[in-house]
Order: sequence, then structure tokens, then C-alpha cells
Amino acid sequence: MTNAILEERKDQIHRTGQGDIDIACNRESLAGAVSQRACVFCGSRVVLYPIADALHLVHGPIGCAVYTWDIRGALSSGPELHRQSFSTDLQEVDVIFGGEKKLEAALDELIDRHSPKAAFVYSTCIVGIIGDDLEAVCRQMSEKKGIPVLPVMSEGFKGSKREGYLAACTAMFKLVGTEDVSDVSPVSVNILGDFNLAGEIWIIREYFRRMGVEVVANITGDGRVRDVGRSHGAALNLVQCSGATLDLAKMMEEKYGKPFIRVSYLGIEDMADSLYQVADFFKDIDPNIVKRTEELVKEELSKLMPEVARYRKDLEGKKVAMYVGGSFKAFSLLKAFRHLGMKVVMVGSQTGTKEDYAELERISDPGTILVDDANPLELSAFIKEKDVDLFVGGVKERPIAYKLGVGFCDHNHERKEALEGFEGMLNFAREVHSSVMSPVWSFVPRRANKINTIEKEAGNE
Amino acid sequence: MSKVKNKVERPNFVSTTNACKLCTPLGAAMAFRGVEGSIPFLHGSQGCATYMRRYVISHFREPVDIASSALGEKAAVYGGGANLKKGILNVMKKYEPEMIGVATTCLTETIGDDVPMILHEFHKEFGDLKLPKIVRVSTASYNGTHTDGWHGAVCSMVEQLCTEKAEADGSVNILPNMISCEDVRELKDICDHFGVKSTILPDISETLDGPALEDYVKIPSGGTPIADIKNMSAASGTIEFGRCLGPRTGGVALEKNFAVKNHRIGIPMGLRETDVLFDTLEDITGTPTPRRYELERGRLIDAYVDGHKYVFGKRAVVYGEEDLVTGLCAFLSEIGVDVILAGTGARGRGMAESIAAVTDGVASKMPIIREGVDFQDIADEAGELKPDLMIGHSKGYKYAKAWNIPLIRVGFPIHDRFGGQRILHLGYGGALSMFDKIVNAVLEKKQTDSDIGYGYL
Ligand code: SF4
Ligand code: SF4
Repeated sequence: MTNAILEERKDQIHRTGQGDIDIACNRESLAGAVSQRACVFCGSRVVLYPIADALHLVHGPIGCAVYTWDIRGALSSGPELHRQSFSTDLQEVDVIFGGEKKLEAALDELIDRHSPKAAFVYSTCIVGIIGDDLEAVCRQMSEKKGIPVLPVMSEGFKGSKREGYLAACTAMFKLVGTEDVSDVSPVSVNILGDFNLAGEIWIIREYFRRMGVEVVANITGDGRVRDVGRSHGAALNLVQCSGATLDLAKMMEEKYGKPFIRVSYLGIEDMADSLYQVADFFKDIDPNIVKRTEELVKEELSKLMPEVARYRKDLEGKKVAMYVGGSFKAFSLLKAFRHLGMKVVMVGSQTGTKEDYAELERISDPGTILVDDANPLELSAFIKEKDVDLFVGGVKERPIAYKLGVGFCDHNHERKEALEGFEGMLNFAREVHSSVMSPVWSFVPRRANKINTIEKEAGNE
Repeated sequence: MSKVKNKVERPNFVSTTNACKLCTPLGAAMAFRGVEGSIPFLHGSQGCATYMRRYVISHFREPVDIASSALGEKAAVYGGGANLKKGILNVMKKYEPEMIGVATTCLTETIGDDVPMILHEFHKEFGDLKLPKIVRVSTASYNGTHTDGWHGAVCSMVEQLCTEKAEADGSVNILPNMISCEDVRELKDICDHFGVKSTILPDISETLDGPALEDYVKIPSGGTPIADIKNMSAASGTIEFGRCLGPRTGGVALEKNFAVKNHRIGIPMGLRETDVLFDTLEDITGTPTPRRYELERGRLIDAYVDGHKYVFGKRAVVYGEEDLVTGLCAFLSEIGVDVILAGTGARGRGMAESIAAVTDGVASKMPIIREGVDFQDIADEAGELKPDLMIGHSKGYKYAKAWNIPLIRVGFPIHDRFGGQRILHLGYGGALSMFDKIVNAVLEKKQTDSDIGYGYL
């Protein structure tokens, strides 16, 4: 299996319990390594995409826009402008003479046609090369149209997805502070870093409603421009998971003095813990909140646990590998799998940091493989080595698992099933169960041959 | 009829909303995937390759490894030569490919990387290693669509791999255009039944629709063997599918360089275009059409008769790749469906003339034909025309849903249904299965819309 790993990538892989962890991360993907990673533009697009009443215009040739057309399951309770794919579709003449004129005309046309509350204009690789002055065009269009037109400096080659998060936050931050906040409750939060996949944010908002906490802005799932504009009025920012919006929270902390905490809505402990943290934060202004939260958690768990126990019976001892975008999510997943009696034996991420990997080392079982920025060959080597029963990842990882005859669970931006909150945990358990327990695995050659061998050996005895 | 009517007064939007095309290197990558032992390689930044992989995977549900030279900021400014070389070496180490298909992206085209020169240097520097074949194609997306990438890659493979005249062996070359894995399997069967050796380029039948295996294979089995590509000069003829092809194609190159006669025909969709394929095969091989296809043809006509009333006069919007759309128009005109709008994202491909040719004699009137459209344009125009059916890939779903009409999924990409790679479009068999689908969609709609809900239709 070692020949699946390129020499230059060896320091991006670590096995827990085998010496100090010093994993190399946040470096450029290796040429020719078939990285599972995307680009800066992708990072920005992911973060900003769910803002449903904004126009999202991709300035570049057609591909970048096409590949991001409505690929996420980010739902909106109202407008759905975000689900359209707008592009300047640059042609050769634009590349030669510059695309500013076309960009201007496109904005003019699209803003008139759709009357968005704001427009985000994403720059792609080629725009960075031909040197269009995005900022100038945006400034001018803002004035002309009377809405914020915000450049998102997301040329794909300027790093990986992570830099895209920053570009997105920088763009959004220009909206923050533009609306009146006089009617915002002192017990209020912003939900950052959740994209309302399959309506997950609605689950979380319902919990907060029951706790008596006002949610000012969803950033960015089911997001609205106006809400972002008044998000500085909330008392606390909740930053979930991968840290896609961590930069925004930091900017708001610096400029508006808003504190933030990192939360996770995945899995039982992390969900409960996140709610308790919020309750704890507000307990001085609202002494009853802690009790309300406890009741909420108790009620939800009493519904959930018996169901989970049923699945656990089947799943006990099964092995899991996961490859996720941000590693923060991996922490929650790891714990969630423990509830199902399953063992996590490999954790990989596209954009983990040194601290993330150190934390993973701490909470993982010994012998767990940790890997940064993996590729199909490595992933398949690890899956085989550990003989896992389930692989968790995104669309690009799915066929790898299936080819090896391993169950798969989509835990990426494209999932269409809500996995957050207590309800989500139940969906998650159900999905894991239906993947792992399907009889089809007994037919895939890798397993079938093993079963045959075992039967043969048993027959010989 | 056959007078090409092209409505001109169309709003000329400058922006694109929901494009009806994909980018050029994607087509090239898919074509490179159809060669044995080959791996596609995009010379550009990492994002493009990752996006395309994601896109292709969701249609085929297969691992699709597309390497990238993963250019970062420095390379984007100072040139990507070093990354390209290093990337190729890494791919060699890990995948041990027989061929690497290098396609440029918008970025490397714009910064002006001279790929032939870089590859030349590469061969000089690493000539002592056992190097795979490296085929290159220039694919800037601002110059075309994914079909240009596909045809460009096919042509490059022919030009760069088939360089010597081989001794004639009576085989036939088929350059089948962008068709499904199932279509390729059908073509192979047809050639087998004709008893003629065929080289189908590319052959994605196995590489993009592989079996479950014991192990994860780095490069899936199947694909056109490189030796066969080298040997294409030995064929008695080339059949290339596509009435909208440009002047530079694999078939043209083979004819020019080695006098292998090129037969350019439409994608064999529907009865008449499939007849053309069988006639051409008879021509080249001197063998009559095998009885099984005569029978299949008969069954197709029988089905046309049985189902004609259900579909006659239905109004369809058709969209997608220029040649697929042309083929669909050929087929639909035969069964009495009026294509009211035929749209493609490609430009300057002469689709109007092609459609006029394939519907001549059967269509009651010419559809409105649009090149260079996106779905906004299609919706603006077709919405008023009150279509009964949409026929094309998954991306039209939103509109079919809005108009409450069935979408018959064909072509690529099929993201919202299962088995896109196994849709049969070609030959009498393909026409038969498309016909069944369309009739059934019409019946289902009638049944669902009816208060009574007849059990016999
Ligand atoms: S830059 Fe060009 S090659 Fe890359 S995704 Fe965009 S359109 Fe396609
Ligand atoms: S061109 Fe650049 S921005 Fe567009 S997909 Fe490729 S890497 Fe990303």
C-alpha cells in the first residue's frame, strides 16, 4: 500500500499513537496528485451561495459557473435567486480586450431583471490574469443600481478553498452594519457557518426559538442580505464547524465587539453542548434559559435514544473511514459514530489545520490514520488496509467506496438529507444503518471472495 | 419545406443564465478517458479538475481521476511548465499510465503556456525513463464548448498517435461523438454482427461504466487500445458521427494523411439516420445488414405504428449538444412530434442546416433553431410556445417542472436520475427505447392529469 503514497506527501499522513503529531497541512496541492480539493473560487461560492436574495454572478468563462450551478442542497424559505447560475461567459474577445465592459453590461441586465437585494461578483482565475478591475466596476454599479455590488476576490489559483472562505467573509463584512438594529433582542445570536442543507438551519432555529433566543441572521443558509446587514446587532455569534465563516466572526469581534463561540450541530453531545453554551452565555440576562434548555435536550433525547439504540445493535463494532472538507466536522462525526458503537479508523480533511489534527490525535483511538489533502489512491489504500464498513465523504469519494464494496454516507455540501440536530442524528443513524447493513455488500467481489474463503475454511474443519 | 427558418428578433442578452453547455476541457477529459491505460490531465489550477471530476462522477457514478498541474499563484504568473512536468512525473509514478491526455484550461491558454514546447523539453529531460504516450490538446473554454473539447481531443489522438500508414486490414474506424457507454456497446455489437473489426475512438463503454471488482484499479480496464489507434490508418474507412462537426476532425485527418475514406454521417438516432449507418457499414464492408437488425428495424416501425396517435402533434423542446439535438430532431420528426425549439449552447456549428437535412420530407415544419443559447433564452422563447415535452439532459428539469410537462432525459449530464450512462440512444434499438419512453411519458401525464384515471390507455 505504501506505493499509493507519494514521497512528497508522506508528512501529510499520520497514525495516532505513533509519536508526536506534526502533520503538514495548508500547503498547495501537489501537481499530478489528483487532489480531492477545489479552488479559492469554490470556497467563496460555497459560503456565499445560500444567500438567497442576492445575485451571484461568476465573472469568467462558463465552466466555473456551470459546475457550481445549484449543486448544494441549501434551501431557502423565500426567494431562490441563489439557485440560478449566472456567468459573464467570457469569450476570446473579452480575454483579449478585457471583460470589464461585459461585466458591466451583465450586471446592468441581471440586476434589472431580478431586482436582487445585493450582488456578489466572483472573480475566477482568468479574470485575475487579464486584470479586470472588478472593484471599480462593482463600485460604479453599486452607485448606478442603488444596491451593494460586492466583488469577491476569488481567483482560483490563489490558494485552496480556505482562502476562498476569507474572500467570502471579506465581501460579506461590507454588508454588516448597514441596517438598523434597534429592535434586536438582547438574547440574540447569529448562526454562522451553516448552509441550511436539506433545511438543517430550520431545525436549529426551532431549538433556539424554544430556548427563547432570537436568531438575527443565518449566515449563510437561508440567508438574506438585510439580515446580514443587521447581524452586528446580535449579542453572540455561533460559528459552526469547518470555520468557513470564522473570519467573519473575527471581523465582527474586532469592529463591533461581538464575541463568538464555536459550535457544532452534529451528533448528540455536540448538539446538546452547543445549546448549553448558548444558554450559559445568556443566563445572566435570562436566568430561566438554562432550565428551558435542559428540558429541551431531555425531551429530544428521550425521543432519540431508544431509536439510536435499535440501530446500534446492528452497527456495534463496524469500522468507519471519513474524508471531509473541514476537520472540525470530523470531531463531531467521530463522537456521533461512537454513539452508534462504530469505530473510526481513518480521518482525512481537505483543509485541516495543525490544531485540528492535534485535536483529532487527542480524541481518536490509537492507530487511526490522519491524512491531509488526500487523493483517490491513498483513500482506497487506507480503506482496504483498515477494511472499513463505511466511508463518509462527498460526491467525489462515493465511487471510491463503492468500487471497493464499502458502504458510503454523503456528509458533504451536497447532501439532501438533514443530518444536524437531534432529528438529524436519527436520520444519520438511519442512513448509516441502511448503508452498512444492505445485503448488496455480500455480492461485491472483495467481500464475496472473503465470505467464500471463510465458508470454505469452515467446511474443512 | 426544408427552408431554414431562423427567428432573428431575439433579445441579445450579454450574460448567461443557466448555461446549456459545459467547458471545453471537460469534453477533452471524457474523450481521453476512453483510451486504454489513459489518464486525463488538465494543465491549469486545481479547481477546474476537481469540479470536472465531480461533475462527471455524478453522471457516471464511477471513480473519475483527472490529474491537474495544480498551478498556484506563482505558476500562474511565471508560467506553468515546471508544474506540468512535475505533475506528469507524479502521475507516471502513481498511475503507471500508457497514455496521458493533456488538455489546457482557460488559465494556461491565457498565460500563454506553450504546451508542445514544454512537452518537447519534457521528452528531452526524461527521455531515459519509460515514458507514456502524451497527447495534448488546446482547450480554452472561451473558445467553445465541451463538444469542441471532445472532438479536439479525438482529433489530437488520431493526429499524434496514428502517424504511420499501416497495412490495410479491412477494419472500420468509428468516431462516435459524445454518446453514452451503452451506445458504444451497441456499436461494438453491430460491428461484431457485421463481422468487421472496428476501432471505436474513444471507447468509454467500460472505462466509464465498469464492473464491481475485487480491488480499486488505478486506471479502469477497457478503452480503445493505443495500438488500435496507431493502426487506424489500416482501416477501409472511417465513419464519424456528427453533422455539425468542424473542419478539423479525426476522420478528416485520417483521410488527409492516409487516404482512409471518411464517411461523415449524423449520430444514428431514429430510423432514417440509423439506416444511413447501416448503409455505410454495408458499403465499407460489402456485407449485408445482419438479419437481427432487419428484425429490429421492423420492430421499430411496428412500434412507430402502434404508438403514433399518442405522440402525433406533440410539441417538444429539445436542447443539448449540437449533434445530439440534430439526432433527436431526426428521430422526433419521424414520429410526428413537432420540435418547436431546438437549442444548443454551441455556436457556429450549422445546426440549422443539419436539422433541415435530417428532417427533410417528414417534419411538418422547421423548429426554431438556436445556437449559443442558455436556459434563460430557451425559457423565454419556449414558454410562450406551450411545449408538451422537453427532451434533453437533467439541467432542463427546473423548466419542465415549471411548465408541468415531462422531461425525457437523454444525453449528458443526467444528475437527477439513475443510469444515465446506460441510456441507449443509438441504432434501431435506441430509437425503440426512446420511443417507448416518450409514449409512456405522454400516457403517464394523461393518466395523472385525468380525474377518471383510466386503467386502459
Ligand atoms: S477556467 Fe476554464 S477550464 Fe477551468 S472550469 Fe472555468 S471554464 Fe472550465
Ligand atoms: S478556473 Fe480557477 S476559479 Fe474557475 S474552477 Fe478553475 S481553479 Fe477555480
